[in-house]
Amino acid sequence: MTSSALALPARTSRPWAQHPLVARYAPVLTMIAALIAIWYVAAIAMNWSLVRDGFEREETPYTTLDILSGTMDAERPLLPSPHQIVNAFIDGVFGYPPLAPRSLIYHSLVTLSATLLGFVLGALFGIALALMIVHSRVLERSLLPWIICSQMVPVLALAPIFIVALGALGLHGLLPKSIISAYLCFFPIAIGMVKGLTSPDPLQLELMRTWSATPRQVLWKLRWPASVPYLFASLKVAVSISLVGAIVAELPTGAEAGIGARLLSGSYYGQSIQLWAALVAAAVLASGLIGIVGLIEQSVARRMGAH
Amino acid sequence: MYQRKLSLGFVLATCAIALAFFLSPAPQSSPLLARPLAAGFCAGAALLFLLAAWLADARSILPGLLGAFASGTASLLLLHDPAVAGAASGGFWAIVIACWLSGALGVINLANIRRLRGERQRVVNIAIPLLFGATVFYLWEVGVRGFGVSPVLLPSPSAAAARFAASLPILAGDFVQTFIRGVLIGYVIGCGSGLLVAILAQRFDFLGRGLLPLGNFFSALPLVGIAPIMVMWFGFDWPSKAAVVVLITFFPMSVNAIAGLAAAGHIERDLMRSYAASHSQSLTKLCLPAALPFIFNALKINATLALIGAIVAEFFGTPTQGIGFRISTEAGRMALDMVWAEIALAALAGMAFYGFVTLAERATTFWHPSYRT
Repeated sequence: MTSSALALPARTSRPWAQHPLVARYAPVLTMIAALIAIWYVAAIAMNWSLVRDGFEREETPYTTLDILSGTMDAERPLLPSPHQIVNAFIDGVFGYPPLAPRSLIYHSLVTLSATLLGFVLGALFGIALALMIVHSRVLERSLLPWIICSQMVPVLALAPIFIVALGALGLHGLLPKSIISAYLCFFPIAIGMVKGLTSPDPLQLELMRTWSATPRQVLWKLRWPASVPYLFASLKVAVSISLVGAIVAELPTGAEAGIGARLLSGSYYGQSIQLWAALVAAAVLASGLIGIVGLIEQSVARRMGAH
Repeated sequence: MYQRKLSLGFVLATCAIALAFFLSPAPQSSPLLARPLAAGFCAGAALLFLLAAWLADARSILPGLLGAFASGTASLLLLHDPAVAGAASGGFWAIVIACWLSGALGVINLANIRRLRGERQRVVNIAIPLLFGATVFYLWEVGVRGFGVSPVLLPSPSAAAARFAASLPILAGDFVQTFIRGVLIGYVIGCGSGLLVAILAQRFDFLGRGLLPLGNFFSALPLVGIAPIMVMWFGFDWPSKAAVVVLITFFPMSVNAIAGLAAAGHIERDLMRSYAASHSQSLTKLCLPAALPFIFNALKINATLALIGAIVAEFFGTPTQGIGFRISTEAGRMALDMVWAEIALAALAGMAFYGFVTLAERATTFWHPSYRT
């Protein structure tokens, strides 16, 4: 064994790089910066021929620099540059009164209402199913396989049918969309809650037995509190799924408002910037919803005695 | 207590059948006694129910289920009469209730059997959900045809099945277009590149720490929204669908695989080091096998996501083929039996895909605690 292998490692690293904030955020920020840089390069590459053809059609003399600047603010680019998307998003949010049909806030609200209603319906249904399954061996063995199978059905394919069937029953607008997003999001909640409600170990259950607790007392004093972490983990998954459900439910129905309708009209008329702005709005909604569920989780955890 | 309830249930089913002999199955139709075949089935069902009520334990499963089958057959026979279909009344529904009750009792009875030996337990485990599903499909069929629900609202399962059988060539074309071309190609590329990025992230720690939060963020986004953009870029045919599937499957795979590659314990890593294993050796012999449960978890999640992504992408434009295309156009033409046939196709494809991934998982991660009993 050589002496160099035994020596302490030399302190060559710079002190600022070891700062916890730097160590935590530097990789992510680098990745984001790299992503944006790649995006700009891709935007130039993908819009290049589009812009050049535009110049040649108008028979105006052009230089490489003209094309370069043209790719940055083309009207219907193949790939809009990031600042165009950000501008369109800010314009859509702040440029119009909130309830104008061109405002992104309006469309987001339409989708958000369907998402929230579907999320609540799906959460209640999922929790009820989990309660039933946990309390009945018969249901556990007969229903659970079908719940899992139900997710193999591409649920979004059911969207047009729901819309047609419920439309024939005289239901339009919010409810069909919510039912689709509820159908999508009940599954992770049901599965997570079955896991959570069965998570108390035999020792705790036996303790409840020695106190001759009724099944209802076991549920409220042991199973339910034990399932709360599982509940919130699955609620976070479910809320983003239910947003997907609400957006996709707007596609086949030819809805006039909502983020899905915005995507559809953008794709029909080749308005790529509008498309991307709607996608950004969807992303903001999704992260906002997950953030809210996370905040509720934290406050519930604090009330239940977590630190 | 349980035996008395079981007895009571079967006696009630017998009573329902008896009631069916007195009430007519529909306002303008001949009574049950005038139809020898259906009446025979009903009488047989009633006798079987009585036998089951008398036995009232695990032995009553067989007569109970046979009785359910007989009464179900009788009610389906009655539906062949145009006077009954769409206008069914008391007598008909009494038979349906008897069938449903005995079917439910059969499921409950099966689920309550304990202490069976290996092979038999497996048969029972499969039989319970199958029976449950058969009962649900039976109630759907009988309900739709008995009440005369318009086929525009909800077709009966038999109509959808007939449609499925009649349009096999169309379904095969849609299957190839959506599943083989769109889903499978996208799935392989998306999962493969996700795994590759995870391996890179494990090699270069900086990359991993930057990618993990971003990957978590992206996998929570409604990525199917990217579908219209992919259609703009790659055209109407399958490449745009495959591209959507690639994007949707990439992030769950990379996030799970990064977690999985970090799952190998310190002791094992130190052992590899003491063997002077190279990075690629410890990757293939330690880290990747240890990551397999995580990778298969992602593969399973992606199996369902991929199918949904491909179908949704087809809503934005396709050549005149594909499951999503067919569903949206046939729903527009109110041909709901075709829509349900396509959904059955998609469900079968999805289940087969999921089942295949599960089998591969069992074959490769047999060592994992969740499979060792």
